[in-house]
Amino acid sequence: MKTTGLTLAAIGLTGFTLGVSARDQAPFITLASTTSTEASGLFDAIIPPFTETTGIEVRVVAVGTGQAFEIARRGDADSLLVHDTVGEERFVEGGYGSERADVMVNDFVLIGPGGDPAGISEAESVAEAMQLIAEAEAPFASRGDDSGTHRAELRLWQAAGVEPEGEWYRELGSGMGPTLNTAAGMDAYVMADRATWVAFENPQDLELLFEGDEALFNPYGSVLIDPERHPHLKHDLAAQWHAWLLSDEGQAAIADFEVKGQQLFFPNARPD
Amino acid sequence: MSDDPNAFQTALALILGRDPDLIGIVTLSLQVSLSAVLIAALIALPLGAALALWRFPGRGALIVMLNALMGLPPVVAGLAVYLLLSRAGPLGEFGLLFTPGAMVIAQVILVLPIIAALTRQQVEELHGDYREQLASLGVSRARRIPTLLWDARFGLTTVMLAGFGRASAEVGAVMIVGGNIDGVTRVMTTAIVLETSKGNLPLALGLGMVLLALVALVNAAAHLVGETAQRRLG
Repeated sequence: MKTTGLTLAAIGLTGFTLGVSARDQAPFITLASTTSTEASGLFDAIIPPFTETTGIEVRVVAVGTGQAFEIARRGDADSLLVHDTVGEERFVEGGYGSERADVMVNDFVLIGPGGDPAGISEAESVAEAMQLIAEAEAPFASRGDDSGTHRAELRLWQAAGVEPEGEWYRELGSGMGPTLNTAAGMDAYVMADRATWVAFENPQDLELLFEGDEALFNPYGSVLIDPERHPHLKHDLAAQWHAWLLSDEGQAAIADFEVKGQQLFFPNARPD
Repeated sequence: MSDDPNAFQTALALILGRDPDLIGIVTLSLQVSLSAVLIAALIALPLGAALALWRFPGRGALIVMLNALMGLPPVVAGLAVYLLLSRAGPLGEFGLLFTPGAMVIAQVILVLPIIAALTRQQVEELHGDYREQLASLGVSRARRIPTLLWDARFGLTTVMLAGFGRASAEVGAVMIVGGNIDGVTRVMTTAIVLETSKGNLPLALGLGMVLLALVALVNAAAHLVGETAQRRLG
């Protein structure tokens, strides 16, 4: 009968599909992390040596930092690697995380149209650069997605004493890459993490216009999830990943990662 | 558009190069979407036929709802399935989130209303032609369902293909419940989103062409089977 054949086919296919996850015998953890680490290619460089050493696979779900926290809060990821120190500490204090450690830093840069209509490349500090953009009312593309980069950008506006609002300030509600694509399309200024910017392939007229201020420092932290709140998670495996990131081997793998000849992440784990 | 030849070359190179990563992504895309369509069809074909044959209070409302659900935004379906399968959700203990299984479930929800609603419409028209004949033979309604479905099979193939088109094209649901994990839940559409976010537009467009070719291939296969069957039956 046709129906029987269909049923069998469907059951077979479903089993096959569901089996994709079961077939992998290797132990794995799910890591919630940010788009900047994924899009720059960092994970392709540091996960294989970790897997080789420990036999543990790392499955990366790359989302905005806000969503990464939410995934971890609900118990859907075994570990977090994000860049929002304030948020990470609050996550631990709130009883969701059991441990947090510095892993590496990269930095934010200000990108804008090559002509630099607001003249920010001459600015002395990032605060001055942001004031110049606001005064010129030059289009500025903001992530607007509650990500680590978005939160950092809002702190910089505050430090510059500027209320970012008006037609020139455009909240896109997108990841870093889509925001760069949009900024390139409308010749807007945009704040990006250096890793995504260097790896980005569609700059059109955009150029790096301001960099180097200490306020643009972008630290990444690894956070372990509280075992009492979510006992089902793979805490042992996650702890191995956390320890490896902070180990000499992990830190060296981060330092060795380059895109177009540039080192993008600088390890800064503090030895105990 | 200056990207056109570039993307086309990229697509060709992707297909000819038989990159193992790409093969994995293509295979998973097909597995997930075809499974979703088959599972949805198993439920939706009898459901649609039953809806065509029986008259009961609230039937109109049910049909309107089914038709409306054809427009269910994939991202909403994805979010609902995410909340269901999340560890903090009611089905969390199965650990299905961020697996291909979760992606199949989300796509079943997207495809089911399309197949059910279109089946209902096709079978209802067919039943209009056969009603008296079937009634005079004393065939019960339940017995009419397989007969009518079998008779409408060529039209229903197109219905299933519409469902497959919806499943293979959507990105909102699989992105949320699958997580776009490299080698585990990355499918064609989520790979395209990722490459776009890297600004790698020729590769993204190239992948899009590969996906389009794949969908065309599935459609061609269905068409061929249909033609052959029709010819054999005269």
